[in-house]
Amino acid sequence: MSDLDIQAIRKDFPILDQEIYGFPLAYLDNAATSQKPVQVIDAVADYYREDNANVHRGVHRLSQRATDAYEGARSKVRDFVSAQSDKEIVFVRGATEAINLVAHSFVRPMLHAGDEILISHMEHHANIVPWQMLCDQVGAKLVVIPMTEKGELDLTTFDDLLTSKTKIMAVGQVSNALGTINPVKMMTEKAHAKGIPVLIDGAQAVPHMPADVQDLDCDFYVFSGHKMFAPTGIGALYGKQAILEEMVPWQGGGDMILSVSFEKTLYNELPYKFEAGTPNISGAIGLGAAIDYMQSVGIAELAAYEHELLMYATAQVGGLEGLRIIGTSDQKASVLSFMIDGVHPHDVGTIFDQQGVAIRTGHHCAQPVMQFFGIPATARASFAFYNTMDEVDALVGAIQKVQELFA
Amino acid sequence: MSGADLRDLYQQVIMDHNKKPRNFRDMADANHLAHGNNPLCGDTLVVYVKLNGDVIEDVSFQGSGCAISVASASLMTEALKGKTIAEADAIYQQMHEQMTGGEVDMATLGKLEVLGGVREFPARVKCATLSWHTMHSAMESDADGQVTTE
Repeated sequence: MSDLDIQAIRKDFPILDQEIYGFPLAYLDNAATSQKPVQVIDAVADYYREDNANVHRGVHRLSQRATDAYEGARSKVRDFVSAQSDKEIVFVRGATEAINLVAHSFVRPMLHAGDEILISHMEHHANIVPWQMLCDQVGAKLVVIPMTEKGELDLTTFDDLLTSKTKIMAVGQVSNALGTINPVKMMTEKAHAKGIPVLIDGAQAVPHMPADVQDLDCDFYVFSGHKMFAPTGIGALYGKQAILEEMVPWQGGGDMILSVSFEKTLYNELPYKFEAGTPNISGAIGLGAAIDYMQSVGIAELAAYEHELLMYATAQVGGLEGLRIIGTSDQKASVLSFMIDGVHPHDVGTIFDQQGVAIRTGHHCAQPVMQFFGIPATARASFAFYNTMDEVDALVGAIQKVQELFA
Repeated sequence: MSGADLRDLYQQVIMDHNKKPRNFRDMADANHLAHGNNPLCGDTLVVYVKLNGDVIEDVSFQGSGCAISVASASLMTEALKGKTIAEADAIYQQMHEQMTGGEVDMATLGKLEVLGGVREFPARVKCATLSWHTMHSAMESDADGQVTTE
């Protein structure tokens, strides 16, 4: 068993200590959003209590402190994803905004009719729709890497999908609907061998495993803070410096300029060129605090413990009659999606809630995955390192309650 | 704090209609139909209506959804078959009142009263009302399912 002291960790997450309808809350909806430790909540509150000011502007003391905290958070993100320079870290609202930024500023200027954008069948809508919009605008084609019944990418034709027309490959590292961990490093190598740039959507990966953009060698890496114990409304885009330098700005406004006249505006240097307007300062500070927290627990340790949890849950839930697990890859993180025979996932969600078990039911913003399996929705339990084996047992009990009620 | 009882939501009648939905079929000679869908949960259904003068001679539905949505559609078809448009409107209004916590007339609601438990589960009210809104659209549409607005 794991060396983590889960009960001590749980004390850092005050929200977990509550009852729902008389049952202890079992929060198993971490793939939707994670809970926040007091260290993150306090960092945000302390910023507003003691340091709040605008950044990169004032000469006064508070502005200096706010700027130091904001830029300090950027350095933490750089270290967290193993980037080479702070210039490669752009603060954004989340993974969605980061993908839209890359679509607009990197791909669009070089995309022409007949070109291709390569994604996969198991992407979140955030890694489908921005590319589809772009394709529609210029008459380019969205090409999709297929998947298998186990919920893994089917890479048998992968080499043929990487063509001279492919302008970018954008794939998720971990599927939010299935939990599958995709072989993105190998895929990136193959794409690069044909000169194709690569974006990796790490939104579902960063809460569960170490992120290393140099090891992956991807050109872009995106993630959201709120899925990794930080506040909502903050996330980061990593981009290789040489590529970011060449890209046009995304939004215009204050902070992204060096000088403005009605004749000509000089853009600011990296990464500020992509951060127009007053940024989400407290969010960035919260993200920095979340990184500190994860590193204090140990990312390898939390990953190992979550693996134990997922294995236990898969064995317990998988052992039940009248139930089908959706997504059965050997390489998975955090997610257990399932269907109970004869019961719609929404009924499952309501009955679970009555037992204090919080899960997500629905299409998980991955409708093509649902279409692949011929189902409208799934029930999805997703784990974080503060979850316990007891909560897995509560999940199993809730499933049995559903089956009883619908017998 | 104790929650609303699941048995209030999943009453026997609802479970029965979910398992064996009534009037769950296509209708070739429908003169009104409409498609309804709830993009949040993926529920989809089609409601078919055959009006003869101002009488609902036949009403049926097809689709997929949760127990609440299927049972509500099934109960609806039973409640509306043979009713005049004015009577159907009155029932529709009563269902609306029941779902929004207003005053209800049990005589008009009849068996539909079993759907009252849904009120205690606000996240599920839309499941119960989808078929009713779709029926309402069907009455204002033609046989191609085109909703006509005047």
